[in-house]
Amino acid sequence: MMPSVSPVWIVQNLWLIPALPMVAAGLCALLKRKERGLSAGLAIGSMAISLLLSLKAFAEALAHPAIQVKIVDWMQFGDQWIQLGWLLDPLAAVMLVMVTFVGLLIFIYSLGYMAHDDNFGRFFCFLSLFAGAMLGVVIANSLLLLFMCWEVVGLTSYLLIGFWFQRPAAAAAAKKAFITTRIGDLGLLIGMLWLYSQSGTLVFYNKGFGCLEQGALTAMATHATVAGMAVSTAIGLLIFCGAVGKSGQVPLHVWLPDAMEGPTPVSALIHAATMVAAGVYLIARVYPLMSGAALEVVAWVGAITALFAACIAVAQNDIKRILAYSTVSQLGYMMLGLGVGGVAVGMFHLITHAFFKALLFLGAGSVIHGCTEEQDIRNMGGLRKFLPVTFATYSAGMLALCGFPLFAGFWSKDAILHSARDWDLSRGPFYLGAIGALLTAFYMTRQMYYVFFGPQRLTEATITPRAVAKHVPHGNAVEPVVSPRPGEVCAIEDPHESPAVMTAPLAILAFFAIFLGFVGTPAWPWFQNFINGIGVAFAWSGFSEPGLLSTMLISTLIVFAGLLLGWWFYGRKPIVRVTDPDALETLAPPLFRALGNRLYVDEIYSVTVIALSRFLAVFASWLDRFVFGGLVRLVSWTVTGVSWLDAGVDRFVVNGGFDEGCREVSRGGRLLSRLQNGRVQTYLSVIAAALVVLALWLLWGHRG
Amino acid sequence: MTVSFLILAILTLAGGIAAMTLRRLVHCALALAVSFAGLAALYLNLGADFAGLAQLLVYVGAIAILIVFAILLTRSGETELDKVFSPKGFIGALLALAVFAVLAWAVASSSATRLTAAGSGPAPSSPIRDIGFSLMQRYVLPLEVIALMLTAAMIGAVILAVRPTRAGDQPETPRNPELQP
Amino acid sequence: MTPLAGCLLVSSLLFAIGLAGALTRRNAILVLAGIELMLNAANLNFIAFWRFGPHPEFLTGLMFVIFSIAVAAAEAAVGLALILAIYRHARTSDVSEITEMKG
Repeated sequence: MMPSVSPVWIVQNLWLIPALPMVAAGLCALLKRKERGLSAGLAIGSMAISLLLSLKAFAEALAHPAIQVKIVDWMQFGDQWIQLGWLLDPLAAVMLVMVTFVGLLIFIYSLGYMAHDDNFGRFFCFLSLFAGAMLGVVIANSLLLLFMCWEVVGLTSYLLIGFWFQRPAAAAAAKKAFITTRIGDLGLLIGMLWLYSQSGTLVFYNKGFGCLEQGALTAMATHATVAGMAVSTAIGLLIFCGAVGKSGQVPLHVWLPDAMEGPTPVSALIHAATMVAAGVYLIARVYPLMSGAALEVVAWVGAITALFAACIAVAQNDIKRILAYSTVSQLGYMMLGLGVGGVAVGMFHLITHAFFKALLFLGAGSVIHGCTEEQDIRNMGGLRKFLPVTFATYSAGMLALCGFPLFAGFWSKDAILHSARDWDLSRGPFYLGAIGALLTAFYMTRQMYYVFFGPQRLTEATITPRAVAKHVPHGNAVEPVVSPRPGEVCAIEDPHESPAVMTAPLAILAFFAIFLGFVGTPAWPWFQNFINGIGVAFAWSGFSEPGLLSTMLISTLIVFAGLLLGWWFYGRKPIVRVTDPDALETLAPPLFRALGNRLYVDEIYSVTVIALSRFLAVFASWLDRFVFGGLVRLVSWTVTGVSWLDAGVDRFVVNGGFDEGCREVSRGGRLLSRLQNGRVQTYLSVIAAALVVLALWLLWGHRG
Repeated sequence: MTVSFLILAILTLAGGIAAMTLRRLVHCALALAVSFAGLAALYLNLGADFAGLAQLLVYVGAIAILIVFAILLTRSGETELDKVFSPKGFIGALLALAVFAVLAWAVASSSATRLTAAGSGPAPSSPIRDIGFSLMQRYVLPLEVIALMLTAAMIGAVILAVRPTRAGDQPETPRNPELQP
Repeated sequence: MTPLAGCLLVSSLLFAIGLAGALTRRNAILVLAGIELMLNAANLNFIAFWRFGPHPEFLTGLMFVIFSIAVAAAEAAVGLALILAIYRHARTSDVSEITEMKG
């Protein structure tokens, strides 16, 4: 279908969807700190309106699945115009609905979670700004506009991770996130520039002239560059670098676990559902550009990431860290899906993951809130009794994540594994993905047993210094009221359920986590076909696709195996004391310790990349201080010397000479004035003398 | 060069020398008058009747008297010997001598003065009538200008010589107490 | 020695005498007297040239002398008035003591 410039109202005004939250953010920034209700109201209101507009756009995309665009001229230089614009197609439509819906639920959740925070208004300002920028990424029809919104998304991620910036750990985590994603963004920028130079435009679809349309694509695919790659492959890989940074794929995944320093709603929205999905969305958006070779790289990176992160998650003890590594792992699955199965496969998992991961994070937030800011799972236990709603919804999310049959995650993960199994280049990613799925079920079961089952280990004596330091007492004091040393008595409450404003979003998300998968079952692959722009009917015959049932069986077996293993290690014997060693730890202590230390990736980076950059910084500083500074000092010394010389000349030669000259003139004048003695007879004598001389002269002349 | 001319010339010159060298001012003034008279006689000798008589009337009759009045009014009657000539006066005398030398040499070396035509011929007649006609025809402008000038000079002299009568001025201190009013 | 030359010599001598007096004497009045003598010498010069020169019938020299006498009279009047004014101001009519224009 030829993308068309459409006069439909919603397409013309699609820009309202990101603009409204951005305007709300701007207004929130101007509000005073005590106008909390107003700032929250602005944010939630703008998000609700954006949701309604997204639903309208979704309806439009349902009716007309072809890509509809609107181009806007932005800047002119010479006779070239930089154009921006937005588009509406099924891919953008589902992302819009997902982002606005999940975002709205998380905004409402934050009302309860951040109720005791002083900087309530600032939080909603940043959240709104993030939402606006993310929606901008979704609807962008130009890689330039996408990049601009991408950068704003990165910025707001930094602002939100470092929201409690007084904590040094949070500030460091924010910096780490920004810098790590920046490294990826450098690749994206180079790819973008290369694309512009190759195709002359950054607009995706523009009546046949866009860079993702046929003409540009064939030109780039045939043009070969370094290492025999086609230009489109190279550009695709460079753009993938940006996705690697933003979506936390293996070399650049280090920022995501540290990003858990931010408030839990932030982790839910940004680092589970939306921002990290932006990388996947980017690849889905530029999919026509990605050739087979590029997609091969994407698939392998995704598969490795999936397994790598799942391994590390097995040995983590912070409830949010486990979920963070789980997110990294699932992002790997999404990339794998994109690489082996196409846009629909990857996007389906993205959508279902958004719901159940947000659910899990919000549930974790509810747990943390109920445990007085305690985050270490070894210090929790038996919370099933105290937080029933949270437990129910968390279980739904956990099962969806594991891929338990008939839950949402099952259908989406199964589609990925099926495509991986049928991939004609290699079976490797399939095996990696399968092992990853096993580990996913395993660590999630572990987490469930530690947190919700067994005896309650949360007592006054177990509260960690970090929890105490972070705990905001109900009041307005900023400092904790107790000493941060462990074992000291502090005023904690018994674990309690969260208020309705926090549990209602959990329930809604749980519903979706369970039932959303049904829009993409093989019997009725509505989602996949919607993405690809064709309608489809329900048919049981979908199940009879070759290899599908066996893949479903294999994945079901894997899930049950993982659950069984989890029960075997953690469910049979309750974990009574906080200091009890982990069951795996007793089995293989060095391995467990290595996994617990995140396989030392951060340490490796510290020794190599960071050491290099520190050396370069020191060198640059030396250069600046001695070489350039020396030059500057030399110049200034020269100028000073010259000016000193000049002053000397001025003072002695010019002034002196001038003064002397004036004095001589004065003296001469004084001398001459003595001629004027005031006596008339003298003057008359002079005249007479002159007469004599003149007469003599005349007479002498005449005589001759 | 007739005898009368010679005598008159000597008289004039002697009067002039006397006027310039005598110590007492009144003597000088009188010698000056003699010199003026001698000149008048010379004019008459040369046939310039009107000029000679005008000389007598104006110079002897007015200017010489004026000088005497000035001597009176400026109390210059008595002067000591050493205050007769100004300091370094001999330079002036030398200069005058130089001037005479130059002029005499000019006269002596000039060809115009050697013409025999000069000196021969009767004295020209200069009837008053001709002088009158000249004044009214050819020289009427200089006449009027002279009239104006004389008026201006008169007014100017009066203004200059008027004694200031403003209240703040100090009265003139008389040198000679005998002449107090 | 033609009569003209004689007259001219006399007038030059008179002029020189007048100049000597004007440059030498201290009293201002005598300076003026010297100037009058110089003027008279010039008058004599004019008469001589009228008498012995070409075209005496034009009366040029004579007229000049008449005017010169008138001017001399006026000048003497003003000059003596000036001397009076200076005498009143400086209390002396000694030229060599009036040096206010010095420098």
